[in-house]
Amino acid sequence: MGTTLAEKVWESHVVRRAEGEPDLLYIDLHLVHEVTSPQAFDGLRLAGRPVRRPDLTIATEDHNVPTTGLGQPIADPVSRTQVETLRRNCEEFGVRLHPMGDASQGIVHVIGPQLGLTQPGMTVVCGDSHTSTHGAFGALAFGIGTSEVEHVLATQTLPLKPFKTMAITVKGQLAPGVTAKDIILAVIAKIGTGGGQGHVLEYRGEAIRALSMEGRMTICNMSIEAGARAGMIAPDETTFAYLKGRPHAPQGADWDAAVENWKSLVTDEDAVFDREVVIDASELSPFVTWGTNPGQGLPLSANVPDPKDFENEQDRVAAERALEYMGLTAGTPLRDIRVDTVFLGSCTNGRIEDLRAAADVLKGRRVADSVRMLVVPGSVQVRLQAEAEGLNEVFTAAGAEWRGAGCSMCLAMNPDKLAPGERSASTSNRNFEGRQGAGGRTHLVSPQVAAATAVTGHLAAPTDLAGEPALVNA
Amino acid sequence: MRAFTTHTGTAVPLRRSNVDTDQIIPAVYLKRVTRTGFEDALFAAWRQDPGFVLNQPERAGATILVAGPDFGTGSSREHAVWALNDYGFRVVISSRFADIFRGNSLKAGLLTAQVDQDVVERLWEIVEADPATPVTVDLVERTVSAGDLVAPFDVDDYGRWRLLEGLDDIDLTLRQADAIDSFESTRPSWKPRTLPVLS
Repeated sequence: MGTTLAEKVWESHVVRRAEGEPDLLYIDLHLVHEVTSPQAFDGLRLAGRPVRRPDLTIATEDHNVPTTGLGQPIADPVSRTQVETLRRNCEEFGVRLHPMGDASQGIVHVIGPQLGLTQPGMTVVCGDSHTSTHGAFGALAFGIGTSEVEHVLATQTLPLKPFKTMAITVKGQLAPGVTAKDIILAVIAKIGTGGGQGHVLEYRGEAIRALSMEGRMTICNMSIEAGARAGMIAPDETTFAYLKGRPHAPQGADWDAAVENWKSLVTDEDAVFDREVVIDASELSPFVTWGTNPGQGLPLSANVPDPKDFENEQDRVAAERALEYMGLTAGTPLRDIRVDTVFLGSCTNGRIEDLRAAADVLKGRRVADSVRMLVVPGSVQVRLQAEAEGLNEVFTAAGAEWRGAGCSMCLAMNPDKLAPGERSASTSNRNFEGRQGAGGRTHLVSPQVAAATAVTGHLAAPTDLAGEPALVNA
Repeated sequence: MRAFTTHTGTAVPLRRSNVDTDQIIPAVYLKRVTRTGFEDALFAAWRQDPGFVLNQPERAGATILVAGPDFGTGSSREHAVWALNDYGFRVVISSRFADIFRGNSLKAGLLTAQVDQDVVERLWEIVEADPATPVTVDLVERTVSAGDLVAPFDVDDYGRWRLLEGLDDIDLTLRQADAIDSFESTRPSWKPRTLPVLS
């Protein structure tokens, strides 16, 4: 019997296998940021252990960094201490760091691929659940806790129980205006926030193959929101073309050897998945969330659901609570929901293609007076490229705020946050209670929906703008 | 890591599903660089509501949390486990845990006991009827008991062994240093390195 992509990558990284014990897996790349690493470095110091492979480790500052007043010290002393702690730790243990102000600084899951450090067939970990992003390259990439961060720093390995595998086949083609974000929100709504538990998801099918690397990263990024440890997409020409020429991509004869190896990273025809889910791309439309977990989503054309319509008791109770928190009434058309803030950014949708898509919608239009829109590039490189393309001017001309790079309002560890009761349309990944600021209310959307929502002031898709004359404030 | 064999204490019924780690500990508390002192951060937003179950006087001193399905979803923050530990919890019982949270809990000596949802419902009824009911979680026998209820729970064999012994993972792995050296010698030369910095 054949094997799946995930199993192939797993098997090629087994350092030790023993009866009754987890496999010991080698880790090819360890990404580090300031929030989940200080206690791990402390542990090393206490035990007198070095970082085993600083040359397979890279750190950046992302979660705490302000997106305004760039070049100034961080005002919040607790945030500043955390960032300074990372700097001291990287210095002491010889770890490469891209600090604030550095040309390669950015969200950890944006800079890995951008530098060409994320490659097919690798094992990639980070003390961050959205490490699943890197699976877009056919890497086995997953988030870990701080104890595991310490373990990888000390040993470059992790003891792991094998995962189960699940195929998510997205057949057919997406309609115009429907995006990778809509696919993954629909997948999570279908299988639930616990549906992927214990599984590595492999996204397959025509609609997946047609996506750019940015789109594939958006999908793999949110695998964790379906409860999965990782999401993967088999590498192909799109993957190779993205990687070629990047700073840490193989060169010359190494490139050829690498590509030959990468081409073997596909699920065999006769491989069997533990579970299979099929979605028809042609039936998808722009998708938004109405509740307080990423599985509580519906097509934009739908109405806020009535909790009474949920058969499962837990789902009904959760829906009741979500509507109360979100300040929504059952039966309200989702399009009628007005928002105060639009956030474009995050490791889900903060890449150049996401900014281009939103700028396309905003060009010649104005953000509604009642809305503040923040545009936060995923990295300094994304910011510079967007500026080279003039996207920043489109955003600022529309009345949006053009910011520095970081995690920003996705999780509100920096000063960018919602006020209690404030409502956002956000291209990020989590609509949990208080995620974007205590009492804040989040609707997850694609970059295109975010931009259209900014213009109209209520949840909207670009097609809703078609009849509107440009340059008129809606 | 502190070992865990059996534990008896009172329980808190948390009748909520999808308790994500942003609820267990909001991001604002993650700025600290220590591993302890997170007791004030546990369920910080929910605890502002005087009616929240953790604020009820009869729940003071409880050491077992009984929650709805999909406990610990979302962020990988191990701070969620530290906050539960620091508050005094030794065990979380649920019908389904998020993978990363469960892995983190086993590393930090917090037992995550997975039971069927009907066992969760029974435990909720029992400890709501009498908050003083002692609940016993026996890792050796893999059972949870309260009143006349005795039910098995799931925990993986290896994690159970480590928890019973209180073993440190890194020590265990470093005993395999030869195997790691040997694996490293076979890695393809084109695999990327972060050093030296290339641009």
